[in-house]
Amino acid sequence: MRFLLVEDNEQLAKAICDRLSLDSHIVDHAGNLSLASEHVAATTYDLILLDIMLPDGDGRRFLRRYRAGAGKTPVIVLTARSEVSDRVGVLDLGADDYITKPFDFSELEARCRAVLRRQGGGASNCKRFGNVDFDALAGTVTLNGTATALRNKELRLLEVFFNAPEQIFSKSKLVDRLFSYDEDVSENAIEVYVARLRKHIEGSNVRIITVRGLGYRLSLA
Amino acid sequence: MSAELKATGSIRRRLSLQLLSNAALLTLLLVFIVRSFAQQLAEQSQDNILMASVTSILDASAIQQGELIVDIPYSAFSMLSNLSDDRVFYRIDKNSVFLTGYDDLPNPASVKNTGSPIFSTEIYQDREIRMVTASRRLALENQPVELRVSVAQTRNGQDQTLEEISRMAMLFGGGFFAISAVLALFSAQSTVGPLRRLASAVSRRGPRDLRPVTDRVPAEMVPLVKSLNQFIERLKISLTRSEDFIAEAAHRVRTPLATVRAQAEITLRRVEKDENRASLKEMIRAIDDSSRAAGQLLDHAMVTFRTDHLEQSQIDLAALVGETVDRLKAVAELKDIDLTYNENDPAKISGDAILIQNAVRNLLDNAIKYSPMDSRVSVELVRQTPWVILSFHDQGLGFPQTGAAGLTKRFARGSNVAGIVGSGLGLTIADEVARAHGGDLKIANNADGVGACVSISFPLS
Amino acid sequence: MRLNIVSLVLAAAAVCVAPLAHSFEIEHRQNFASKAAQPVTLRILSTADIDLFAPLILSFQAENPKVAVTYHAVSSTELMRALQDEQAPYDIAVSSAMDLQTKLANDGFALAHRSTETNLLPEWGKWRDHVFAFTQEPAAIVLSAKAFANLPVPQTRQDLISVLRDHPDLFRGRVGTYDVRSSGLGYLFATQDARTSETFWRLAEVMGHLDIQLYCCSGAMIDDVSSGKIAVAYNVLGSYAMARRDAKANIHIITPQDFTTVMLRTALIPTTAQRPALAGQFIDHLIRAAWLDETTDNYPFPDINRDPLASNTSLRPIRMGPGLLVYLDKLKKRQFLNEWENAILQP
Repeated sequence: MRFLLVEDNEQLAKAICDRLSLDSHIVDHAGNLSLASEHVAATTYDLILLDIMLPDGDGRRFLRRYRAGAGKTPVIVLTARSEVSDRVGVLDLGADDYITKPFDFSELEARCRAVLRRQGGGASNCKRFGNVDFDALAGTVTLNGTATALRNKELRLLEVFFNAPEQIFSKSKLVDRLFSYDEDVSENAIEVYVARLRKHIEGSNVRIITVRGLGYRLSLA
Repeated sequence: MSAELKATGSIRRRLSLQLLSNAALLTLLLVFIVRSFAQQLAEQSQDNILMASVTSILDASAIQQGELIVDIPYSAFSMLSNLSDDRVFYRIDKNSVFLTGYDDLPNPASVKNTGSPIFSTEIYQDREIRMVTASRRLALENQPVELRVSVAQTRNGQDQTLEEISRMAMLFGGGFFAISAVLALFSAQSTVGPLRRLASAVSRRGPRDLRPVTDRVPAEMVPLVKSLNQFIERLKISLTRSEDFIAEAAHRVRTPLATVRAQAEITLRRVEKDENRASLKEMIRAIDDSSRAAGQLLDHAMVTFRTDHLEQSQIDLAALVGETVDRLKAVAELKDIDLTYNENDPAKISGDAILIQNAVRNLLDNAIKYSPMDSRVSVELVRQTPWVILSFHDQGLGFPQTGAAGLTKRFARGSNVAGIVGSGLGLTIADEVARAHGGDLKIANNADGVGACVSISFPLS
Repeated sequence: MRLNIVSLVLAAAAVCVAPLAHSFEIEHRQNFASKAAQPVTLRILSTADIDLFAPLILSFQAENPKVAVTYHAVSSTELMRALQDEQAPYDIAVSSAMDLQTKLANDGFALAHRSTETNLLPEWGKWRDHVFAFTQEPAAIVLSAKAFANLPVPQTRQDLISVLRDHPDLFRGRVGTYDVRSSGLGYLFATQDARTSETFWRLAEVMGHLDIQLYCCSGAMIDDVSSGKIAVAYNVLGSYAMARRDAKANIHIITPQDFTTVMLRTALIPTTAQRPALAGQFIDHLIRAAWLDETTDNYPFPDINRDPLASNTSLRPIRMGPGLLVYLDKLKKRQFLNEWENAILQP
C-alpha cells in the first residue's frame, strides 16, 4: 500500500516509515502541511496518516480543506492528545479513524484494514499464489471460486506467508507477528494456527511446509 | 461547593424604607403646612368679620344735638351668623366707662394703642373667645370722647373648621403618602432591576461558559462587571493554561514514546537471538505500560476537572455505547475476541457525554485486556427504571475473591493480574464518573465462575 | 288641736311648695298625669296657651305612657326672669319670643341637643343645636267684620293707614296693639317691623293719633275685636286668631301683602333641667310633629313650609341668630322705646 505520513517529528516519522516498509508498504513523508498538500496534489495514496500538531498549523485544518476539495483518500489521524478532546472534532471533520500515540502497529494495521474495507473499491489487495487468491483487506481466501473468511490471526499469518512466499519463518518470528507484546504465548500456539491455515488451503496446489528445526514455508505443492 | 453567602440587608429593602420614610416625612410636613395655612386663613376670616362688626357699630355712632348717640346696626350682629353659629358677646365703653353690653367681658391686655384695632384671644365664661377691639375719637363740646367697641365670638366654628381642615389635610396627606409609597416601591424594584438581570444572566450560563459579561449595565455597576470580567479572563487563562499544559504534556511524553516503540518493533523483526528478542519485548511492554499510565492519568485529571462542574445534556446512552464498541472492535479482533453488544432498551440519560464515553471506553478496554484470546466479551444495556444498567461480561480471569471492593481505589490492581499491562485507574475513573452522575459501579465475578461482570448504572433522565 | 292640724297641713303644704318657691308669676298651670305606677315628670315652662299646646303633650304621653307633664304658662318676660335670674328648674322652655330664647342660648343658659331629628332641620330652623323652631306663625292684622262691612278690607299697611286716616271717627279708640314695653312678643314684632320698613312708624303715628288701646296678649285682642270693642288689632298672632273658631264669623284675619313677619316658636332645654334626656325626646317629638309628620291631628299650629318664600313672597320669617340680640341691648332698647312712646302715646 501507498501511505502518506504527515508528521513533524523526524525521529518518529523515520521509525514509522521504516516499520511500515518492513511490511512492504511504500511511505511518503511530509513534515508539514504545505508539503502534505503538495504530495496529495501530485500523488494518489491508499491511506493518509495525519498528525494533529504540526509546525505550520493544525492537522484538522488540512483535513477540512482536503475533504472540501473532494479528497477521497481515507485518513487515519495520529494523535498524542487525550482521545476524548479530539474525538468529536476529528471524525466530524472527515477522518475515518484515529489512533493514539504510541500505538501498536498491529492495531494500526487492523484499523487500516477496517478503514479500507469500509471504503470499498480502491486498492485491490488480492494476491495470488498458485490457485489460491488471498484478499488481505477482505480477509478472505478464495479457492476454486469459494471464498472463506479468515479469522484475525489466521489472516495475519497467511498474509505473512503470502507477502514472502518460499521464505522460511521461524516459530518465534511468527509469534512476534501474531501476538501482542504482553501476550505470553509459547511457540506451540503457532502450530494451531498453521494447522487451521492448512485446512483452509486444502485441495489447492499450495502448501505450508514444515521445515524441521527452522520453521514454516509457503510453497507450491 | 461554593461557600454559603450571608446576605447583610437588602438594597431593595433599604431603598424602599428610605423612600418610604422620606415620603412619610414629606407627608407630615405637608399636612402640617396645609393645616397651619388653612388655620391662619380661617382665623383671619373670623377676625375680618368681627372687625366688620366693630366697624359698623363705630361708624353708626355720632354726635347729635350735643349728645353721643351710639347705635348698634342690626347687621353688626346678624352678619356674625354668616360665618358660624357661635355665641356673641360685646361691650361698648365711653372714655373707658362701661356703656352697654356684657360688663364682665374682659378688655384686651394692650389697650394703649388706640389707633389700630386689637385682635386678641380671651377666656370668657370658661370658653375661649376671639375678640376684636377698636376705638373712635369723637369731639363733644370740644372735649374728646373715646368710644371703644369690642365684639367677640366663641370659637366653636373655628374648631369645627379646623377639624375639617385637619381631616382633609390628613386624607390628602394619606393619599399622597399612599401614592408615594407605591411609587417608592416601584422605584426600589426598578433600581434593583439591573442587578437582578445581571445576576440571572450570569447564573443562566453553563459551567463552561467563560465568555465575558457584555450585558448593558448602569454606570454604577460597570466597575463590578469589569472586575467580574477580569476575574473570568484570569480564570479562562488559568484553565486554558491547565488544558494546554495537559495537552502539551501528553504530546511531549507520547511522541518520543511512539518513536521508541516503533524502533523497538523494527529491531524485534531484525534480531535472531532469543535473549535479545526477550529484552526487546520487555522494552515494548514497558513502553505500553507508561503510555497507558500517562493516558489514564490524563483521563483521570480530566474526569476530576469535569465532575466539579458537571455539564448536563441529554445523552443517548445506547448510541454512545455503540460508537465506543465500534471503536474497540479492531482491538478486540486482534485477539480474536468476539465483541457483542446487545442494546435491549433505549435509554436517555442526562450528564456529561465526554465523561461517560471515557468511562465506557475504560471499562470496555479493561474487559478486552483481561480476556484471553478466542473468547467473548459481551456488552448489555438494560433498563430497570429508574436506572439504566450497562454491563460488561468477559471470560477472563475474574476478580480476586478478596479485596474486590478496593479495586476502585486509585492504582489498585487485582492480585491476579500482575502479568498484564495496566495502571489500575480504569475502574477508578469509571467509578468516579458513575457517582458524579448519581449512579454507581458494581464489580463481580460471573455466576458460572468464568470471567467477570462489571456493571455501571445511571439514573434515567 | 285644730290649730295644730292646720299648722301641720300648712307646714306640709309649705314643704311641698318650697322647692317651687319663686317670684316670677305663673299665669296658668296644668298637670298631665300618667297612669304608670312611678311616673317620670317632665316640667315645661311655656308662653303658649295651654289649650293650644295640649295636643302636643298628649301625643307625647301616648308614645311615652310613663311620662307625666307639668305645664306652667307664663309671659315671655317672666320666662326670662325664671331662667336667667332665678335658675328655676324646668326641663323645657317654650317661647314665642325668639330674641329672648336666643339670648338665653347665647348667654349659656341652654343645653345642646343633637339627634337624627335635629339633623333634619333646615339651617334657619335651629340655632347652635340649642334653640329649635317648631312653628311658623305670622303676625296678622285682625279686623272686625262688622266694622268693615261697608269698607274695603285693607291688604297692606299702606291701605290700613289710608282707611284709618279717612275714617278717624270710626276708629278713634277702636284700634289696638301689643304694649311693647311689657310684651316680649310684642316688642319682637315691633322691632322686626321697624327694621323692615318705614311704614311701621307711620302706622304707629296714625294709630297713636286715634287713641290706641294697648294689650298684653293676642287672646285679649281677638276677644275685643270679636265682640266689637275694637275694630282693628295690629300684630296679632295669626295662629291664635285662626284657632278661635268661636270668633271666626266676626273677624277678618289679614296677612299683610307688603310684608308679613313670621315668628318661629322655639323650644330649648335649660341648663337647670332635671331630666335633660327626656327633654331631648320631647324636643324630637315637637320636631317630628312640626316638620316631619304629614298628619295634622296632633299639630295645632299652621303647617310649616320648608320654603316659605317660594310660596308667598311677602312672608318674612324672623331669622334666628345673634342679630336678635341687637334690640335687646339696653341702649338700643331705650332708644326704640323712646321713639315708640313718642309715636304711640303722643304725650
